[in-house]
Amino acid sequence: MNVGMELWQALVVCISAIFTQNILLSYFLGLCSFIGVSKQLKTAAGLGAAVVFVMTATCAINWLAYYYILVPLHLEFFRFILFIIIIAAFVQFIEMVIDRYSPVLYQNLGVFLPLITVNCAILGAVLFMLVREYSFIVSIGYGFGSGLGWFLAIMAMAGIRERLANERIPRGLQGPGITLFIAGLMALAFMGFTGVLQGT
Amino acid sequence: MIPPMKQSSVQKIAIEGLWENNPIFKQVLGICSTLAVTNLVLNTIVMCVALVFTTALSSATVSLLRSYTPRNVRMMVETLIIAFYVIIVDIALKAYWPQMSTSLGPYVGLIITNCIVMGRCEAYGISKPPAGAFWDGFFNGLGYSYILLIIATIREILGMGTFMGIAVPYFSSAYWDKWIIMVMPPGAFFMLGLVVWFFRTIQPRKEEKAK
Repeated sequence: MNVGMELWQALVVCISAIFTQNILLSYFLGLCSFIGVSKQLKTAAGLGAAVVFVMTATCAINWLAYYYILVPLHLEFFRFILFIIIIAAFVQFIEMVIDRYSPVLYQNLGVFLPLITVNCAILGAVLFMLVREYSFIVSIGYGFGSGLGWFLAIMAMAGIRERLANERIPRGLQGPGITLFIAGLMALAFMGFTGVLQGT
Repeated sequence: MIPPMKQSSVQKIAIEGLWENNPIFKQVLGICSTLAVTNLVLNTIVMCVALVFTTALSSATVSLLRSYTPRNVRMMVETLIIAFYVIIVDIALKAYWPQMSTSLGPYVGLIITNCIVMGRCEAYGISKPPAGAFWDGFFNGLGYSYILLIIATIREILGMGTFMGIAVPYFSSAYWDKWIIMVMPPGAFFMLGLVVWFFRTIQPRKEEKAK
């Protein structure tokens, strides 16, 4: 496949990861932090941005690690441990770099970085990327699109929850309950995108 | 392998995990990797067994190693222990039930990042003796499983008219218009929302009890 075709495919995969196959709304990944951190727009934006960045980068690194280290050595069963280590190490590294060079960014983003290591969406995206056998460029597109889709979902949710703060909600439904219902409605809305992209 | 414990303390842990502090409707943790497979009861059972196995054994292992683990790397150690058990599950499934392994896909591996496993290791395993940690993980896993099984049963019956692949009378007949939405992602969100609502309503609040 030539480069142009691959770039086109990466774009298609990226858009489908944002809308038709949103990692949160159709695969339920990253739900814990989605429910926990969607109370305010500002914190949601910080976490969302961190997820976009880490997901794109770890998809690329893990793709290289899997196809150039594990496959030649026939150690595929070792992948879970390797991926988790790479994600954790990468997050730690980024935290140090940001802390060193941009204190402002660190204050806004820094607290969210450790949370990301246990965000299932990151590992989920990496595993989906392998199952679907994407090429390197397409994988980057997929990682970026998945991150952006997650960002979009948590921003929408935070916006809605800020409005909901003053509403009267039944006791048992407060907090996670109502968030799940709204997520369900959002998933319904996103289902409307099905069929927008042909052949994905 | 598990040292005996006093009956009463196991009972207390059981109540805590199954009801008082249920992972799903109380802590709302670790829904990610398992909610996705709740459109079929059989898949849910397999995932839940894998989860109970992982939670109980990794919590016990973390607890066994707790005096050798330096505090600042404990997250990494916990993750590696969890990953170890998940790999066992993954390989066992691939070897003995390849069909199930493909239908669950990457979700088995995602048990590693399931917050409830890590949550129990952090909350209990890291500071308590192994026997307690094992039971704590076990009952939290069970508490998690029965809620998900309720969700899966309702979703499969309403959405497909079957239970574990067997046709259910009435729901599989022409009189019942299948709720396709139930087997799709929004159905899972709505069901989980309903279940959380229901259990939180019937469960008296802590402060009310104290009065």
